[in-house]
Amino acid sequence: MAEALLEVRSLSRRFAAVDALQGVNFSVEAGEVHALIGPNGAGKTTFIHHVSGALQPDSGSVHFSGADVTALSMHQRVAAGMARSYQITNVFLGLSALDNVALAVQGRADAGSSFRFWKPARNEQRLFDEAHDFLNQVGLAWRAESLAGNLAHGEQRALELAMALATRPKMLLLDEPMAGAGPEESARMVELIEHLARHVTILLVEHDMNAVFRLADRVSVLVNGCLICTGTPDEVRADPEVRRAYLGDHL
Amino acid sequence: MAFYRPAPYQKPVAIAVLLAMLALPSVLTAFGQEFYIGFATRVLIFALAASSLNLVLGFGGMFSLGHAAFFGVGAYAAATCLNSGIGDALLAFPLAMLAAGLFALVVGAISLRTRGVYFIMITLAFAQMAYYLFISARVWGGDDGLSLASRMTLGGFSLSSDSALYFVALACLALSIVFLGRLADARFGRVIQAIRENETRMEALGYPVFRYRLICFALGGALAGLAGALLANLTGLASPNLLQWTQSGTLLVMVIIGGVGYLYGGVVGALVLLCLEEVLAGFTLHWHIALGLLLLGIVLFAPKGVAALFGKRHG
Repeated sequence: MAEALLEVRSLSRRFAAVDALQGVNFSVEAGEVHALIGPNGAGKTTFIHHVSGALQPDSGSVHFSGADVTALSMHQRVAAGMARSYQITNVFLGLSALDNVALAVQGRADAGSSFRFWKPARNEQRLFDEAHDFLNQVGLAWRAESLAGNLAHGEQRALELAMALATRPKMLLLDEPMAGAGPEESARMVELIEHLARHVTILLVEHDMNAVFRLADRVSVLVNGCLICTGTPDEVRADPEVRRAYLGDHL
Repeated sequence: MAFYRPAPYQKPVAIAVLLAMLALPSVLTAFGQEFYIGFATRVLIFALAASSLNLVLGFGGMFSLGHAAFFGVGAYAAATCLNSGIGDALLAFPLAMLAAGLFALVVGAISLRTRGVYFIMITLAFAQMAYYLFISARVWGGDDGLSLASRMTLGGFSLSSDSALYFVALACLALSIVFLGRLADARFGRVIQAIRENETRMEALGYPVFRYRLICFALGGALAGLAGALLANLTGLASPNLLQWTQSGTLLVMVIIGGVGYLYGGVVGALVLLCLEEVLAGFTLHWHIALGLLLLGIVLFAPKGVAALFGKRHG
């Protein structure tokens, strides 16, 4: 088997008296869409924070693209090719959609240093052309000049994706991209993610089971800080332990 | 938030004001009011100091309560330069900026690991430490400060006349404002303004946030150092009072009156505050009461500051 793109080895983290994560082993293969599901409070967000570098584990390690990134900070992991979107829309509301994505493009190592104090960034056509391409990929090109704050909720989620894509990641970490979206918006987001999945590996944390079973190549289930099962959507659906612990009458 | 963008008329107005200021010394001399040349120089110097704080606070979003330390270090560095034979501003001013900038780099490297109220407190603590260091060190004249035997020269020209120093201060301020205006629009300026709004998001876009903040903080310190060097020349003294926290407070008040995050915020604030002090102090010793009322009015009715009434941020 080829080496996994992301490999998390026996990751543990304790908050006061709560074992938020207990020896989690988890991997994402290059090219797959891997969904992480679990009931509220299972530790999904904590897990994502450890993968992205926002939190440090008590023990265990995170390997990405063949290197141990456990000690790396968030921005270093982004530079290594790991981009994330946020559960709560987290874009610069006072900036245009295009400026939002241009910031993401500008942050990439191959876009050159940002310790430039004199030349107006506004005139760097290359930044904005590329930003435009990413907006196009998520279907937002026509909203390029709109303030992010004036975009509809679903559009903001798409913008968030465009920003993550603009870092040219090897892996996209999507934290509940469907959160707060109506059925129509969700359907559009599923389509968008399906489209993106052809180009980039995706780790998806999501509550919307329809979306998960439609998008995911593999599904992992986190319950009370323990990873209880990993498999294809069908395997997971059939797993008695998963049914008991979490899915219940959802399926 | 939005990136800072000047109003379209800002540039022509600024150029007109600059031209008027070039003529100011001759006008004042013609009316026999030479005394006010010194006062105008003071305004220019504080405008520069407040603008440097505005870079840190307004653009970088770092609420520093120790900015006067860099102001003071610049003044002491200039005095030390002059007293040890480096009497030309072309060398002494950059050295003062270097000293203040390096000090800011050290303070920032430690302080910027904290956030919020802790950052305010730790910058205050550093400034007070510097204050007591200068007060207690005999080489720097202790309580009395370090006096300058004369004013500096600039490329061989003496700055001993008030007009000469005025023009140097004006040039320093104008160049700094041009630099800050360019910076706000350049890559670096966009990054620090975005960090001010949402540092986690910037981190998640791959920006080493700490490094950008630190450079911004040090740049602000260096510019404050330049203002300090000018002030030492104006007053002939590098006084420990320059580093005191009340001085940091004064600079903060200037920025808040003028407009946090507006290119001319520091300039407008320094002008308003110093003129108010000059005028009111002639009437009463309790001019601070009027200042308090003004601050209250601004916070209530023009919370973005006076400059915000003229400039705007683009959308």
